[in-house]
Amino acid sequence: MSVFDSVSRMLDAAQRRSLPLWELVLEASAQESGMSRDDSLRTMQQRLAVMRQADAGYNPAQRSPSGLSGGDAEKLRVHAASGATIAGPFVGSILAAALRMGECNACMHRIVAAPTAGACGVLPAVLLPYAAQFGANDEALVRALYVSAGYGAVIARRASISGAEAGCQAEIGSASAMAAAALVQLHGGTDAQTAHAAAIALKNLMGLVCDPVAGLVEVPCIKRNVIGAMNALSAAELALAGVESRIPVDEVIDAMRAVGTAMSPALRETGHGGLAASPTAVAFREAFFGT
Amino acid sequence: MNVFDLIGPVMVGPSSSHTAGAVRIGLVSRKLLGGQPEEAELLLHGSFAATGRGHGTDRALVAGLLGMEPDDERVPESFLWAEKAGLRFHFGVINMPDAHPNSVLLRLHRGGKELRVVAASVGGGRIEIRRLNDMTLRFTAEQPTLIVSNRDHPGSVADVSRVLAEAGVNIGTFQVNRDERGGVAVMVIEVDSPLPDELVAQIRTLPDILSAVCIN
Repeated sequence: MSVFDSVSRMLDAAQRRSLPLWELVLEASAQESGMSRDDSLRTMQQRLAVMRQADAGYNPAQRSPSGLSGGDAEKLRVHAASGATIAGPFVGSILAAALRMGECNACMHRIVAAPTAGACGVLPAVLLPYAAQFGANDEALVRALYVSAGYGAVIARRASISGAEAGCQAEIGSASAMAAAALVQLHGGTDAQTAHAAAIALKNLMGLVCDPVAGLVEVPCIKRNVIGAMNALSAAELALAGVESRIPVDEVIDAMRAVGTAMSPALRETGHGGLAASPTAVAFREAFFGT
Repeated sequence: MNVFDLIGPVMVGPSSSHTAGAVRIGLVSRKLLGGQPEEAELLLHGSFAATGRGHGTDRALVAGLLGMEPDDERVPESFLWAEKAGLRFHFGVINMPDAHPNSVLLRLHRGGKELRVVAASVGGGRIEIRRLNDMTLRFTAEQPTLIVSNRDHPGSVADVSRVLAEAGVNIGTFQVNRDERGGVAVMVIEVDSPLPDELVAQIRTLPDILSAVCIN
């Protein structure tokens, strides 16, 4: 038995032991993995540092080996800085950060899978702009990462974080739920609000299929990091306003697993269905791979 | 459960299975060979063959053979590093019946010896070695793993176990495979702690032992 068997068990344990949620996750994980508390905190700080390095190391001129991606995040950055956006500079900076990390991944930069490489843009896209806007320090960001990891752990245990097993809902959806909980934690919400935020985020991406063009982690994966981040922002905002998920988060996670099981294999990272089956995608695949 | 499986691993993109896993396959194969190959033939199967180029699977495998880890920022330029390190390599495609979709056959040459490895990347950056030379077996190299090849005579398993026991090494799992009775056998022994080089050298001196290597 583990505190990560369910969100309700995780929140109960935190309450019973009068521990902040991030601390409970740190402790339980350290215990299960045999890592010391200090090593764990140091490693999480390093993970945050790698996210920052990847974000800062973005090269607008670079293109992925397939030629499908690169340069889009820079367009967003310029657009957001121009003052001509619809949603304002803060939201613009989230959109740009999500694309930046997705493009860095496609261009073989060093990234932090969170929880997967394909979804690596979602968490940094909300954490880094939040820190810049609200002045959150590294300690606060590290705590938020523990909270997000706690939700990720329950999702991995009860459902899946693999696109091949349960579609994109398990990758971008899970990352979005993790990021929503992290934002609520950063903004001073309650443990219960982190759970509602995670539930709302996961519900709103339920059914999302994994349909990478030519099997590559590029189209539509990179732009789905944008919706993962924006969905996390809106779910966190709803939860902080006191809006509750009518379906408890553990049941949402179980429903996500059931939807993943019901998905045709063509829609689970095989590159055969969805957008990957579109004429443009098929033509690209034939031109690039020769079959 | 480890939080760093959710916030992590740190890796060079774009794919945990097609890139990070491929680096690990190269790295473990290098260790099985006992050092950097002089020449490597890499035959890609299934999804590795179909989409490997777009995922950098080719560069990832070569990076691993050069001793790089999955988070090494030199992975994308591994072909250049291979030239500097004197590693000649070429790629091809193979269809291996019953192999995992993300599989590769590596034919590695070093010091006049050839090692053939079939490995699969099974998801999330995790790998399995499925075949060594002509021997079917299965191990992940996630914990220290001792691979011993011996002539199939009575007593070899007992000899190796005795050396490990005397050194206070606890055995987690123990597989024995052989090609034919009295032929060549392979022991795959997962242990709880890394083995010192001296201990592996001692195992090599035992009767009927052909080779011993530990992936720590």
